[in-house]
Amino acid sequence: MLADDLRGIFYIGLKDLRAYYLKPPNISWGILFPFAFVLAFAIRNPGDLRALVPGLIALTLLFGTSSMEAIVIAFERRIGSLERLFLAPVSLPALLAGKLLGGMVFGLTVTLVVLVIALGVFGAASVNWLLLALAILLSAAAFSALGAFVSVAVKEVFEAQTLANFIRFPMMFLGGVFVPVDSMPFALQVIARVLPLTYAVEALRAALVGGVQVDAVFDLLALGLFAAVFFGLAVNRLARLLD
Amino acid sequence: MNIVKVSQLTKVYQIGKDKPPLRAVDGIDFAVREGEVFGFLGPNGAGKTTTIRMLTGLARPTAGNASVMGLDLATDGTRIKKKIGVVPEASNLYDELSAFDNLVFAMQLYGVTRAECQAHAEELLARFRLSEKRDALFAKLSRGMKRALTIAAALAHRPPLIFLDEPTTGLDVMSARNLRQMIAGLRKEGVTVFLTTHYLEEAERLCDRIAIIVKGRLVALDTVENLKSAAQSKTVVEMTLADANNQVETKRVEGENVEAAARAALAQTDGRRVLAINTLRPTLEDVFVKLTGLSADVMLAEKGGKSLS
Ligand SMILES: Nc1ncnc2c1ncn2[C@@H]1O[C@H](COP(=O)(O)OP(=O)(O)OP(=O)(O)O)[C@@H](O)[C@H]1O
Ligand SMILES: [Mg+2]
Repeated sequence: MLADDLRGIFYIGLKDLRAYYLKPPNISWGILFPFAFVLAFAIRNPGDLRALVPGLIALTLLFGTSSMEAIVIAFERRIGSLERLFLAPVSLPALLAGKLLGGMVFGLTVTLVVLVIALGVFGAASVNWLLLALAILLSAAAFSALGAFVSVAVKEVFEAQTLANFIRFPMMFLGGVFVPVDSMPFALQVIARVLPLTYAVEALRAALVGGVQVDAVFDLLALGLFAAVFFGLAVNRLARLLD
Repeated sequence: MNIVKVSQLTKVYQIGKDKPPLRAVDGIDFAVREGEVFGFLGPNGAGKTTTIRMLTGLARPTAGNASVMGLDLATDGTRIKKKIGVVPEASNLYDELSAFDNLVFAMQLYGVTRAECQAHAEELLARFRLSEKRDALFAKLSRGMKRALTIAAALAHRPPLIFLDEPTTGLDVMSARNLRQMIAGLRKEGVTVFLTTHYLEEAERLCDRIAIIVKGRLVALDTVENLKSAAQSKTVVEMTLADANNQVETKRVEGENVEAAARAALAQTDGRRVLAINTLRPTLEDVFVKLTGLSADVMLAEKGGKSLS
């Protein structure tokens, strides 16, 4: 059974990458979007560009992992091909993990490109590599699980897109990407504390430019918790399709 | 041996708040024997697809239970899934993958080794006359080719039991014929086939036994021959006569058996020449009409299907 599930995760992820992710429009969009956004912000608010790097990486992770993830399941459900996966000897958590694998591999690859460029420009002297790796992996897991949850929560592809943007865009402004959370009004700070992006930006900032490492551990735990919760909710919704 | 055993299987759908619940499948019992082609017929909305969905793990039975290959549906779902192939009503492979890659993926999830995947995919493409379309995207295939490839994918991991939900609906005459030959071939190989179709002639030709379901209930289950005998209590002969002016007339005459019917017919020639006397066997359509109160024409019209030739 475990062998079936591991095989299922691998091949479902691989299939999704080949069928959906590795298409040119998706690749360029995944890389360009966060750059364009951060560039637009930097032009209007010239200042310490280096301070924007953690936000840029976090946004790249968010959009790279979730943009396609948030629609694949709704899409396959509409087309009918999701049933092929339900018919396969693969458990529901493994099916979903396969879906997450596709989003995570794609998001991580795009992020790696952006990261190399950013470190090339700003230098890598103060990087805490272990923390950076953990922050990136856990953020990718949390964001792709969020995407998967969005995708199973709705029936239609356009609904998935709308819901994903409804969640992602406010998160961009409240998650500490451009404005540090500490400098926001208290009410907004409370909201920021329930957004996974906030913890991703904080952990990445600590990893890239140094910071309070104890807080970073808390950030990593929060990201792990978000990933687990979204994953659990998504499996639950998926199971209801088989009623 | 019974490969599928169903007892009191029931599926109730709750549709809307103020409507009564819909008993899509209403406590059916039947068994499918190993190696047979089992026909599952019934009018639109009778519960055929719902039954298949329950047996293949896509829908949870509201009540009752079933075993597939000796494994309990409720507890051994994953092990059952390894041994069955399913062709749904609508072809559902991946538009974005080629014919070949679709077949390979269909095997990968079942643990077929890499080398075997490649070889068997090529073999299936050849068998379904799709080798030319090996690298074409599924999206670019014709409807009949999509149907054929969906069936090939269901066979890819070599399941001993396959569920075919209206495999030939929407196919042209030749493709439907190829498919029927293919189904007959599967039977020879010892694969058990659970088949739903709206083409009675197709069912008659292919199926060892036929179950007829109406409004979620099983109304008949037997061999084609037995169903026909049961549908007609008396023998009917058809006699063709010609008079001196070569005016031809056809008469039908009933009798307790063939001999009595033929004697009765011959007593009604009025001196005309007898050109032919045939015994009339009821068709499966007669059986179907009698049991469901629906004509086969109505069924085909509703499905937008074409008649067989
Ligand atoms: N998910 C569902 N929710 C509510 N009702 C459903 C659902 N699926 C099927 N039904 C209803 O159950 C009944 C049986 O449907 P089913 O698809 O099993 O019929 P069928 O015998 O396959 O018909 P057809 O020949 O048209 O394919 C129909 O009345 C249908 O509307
Ligand atoms: Mg049906």
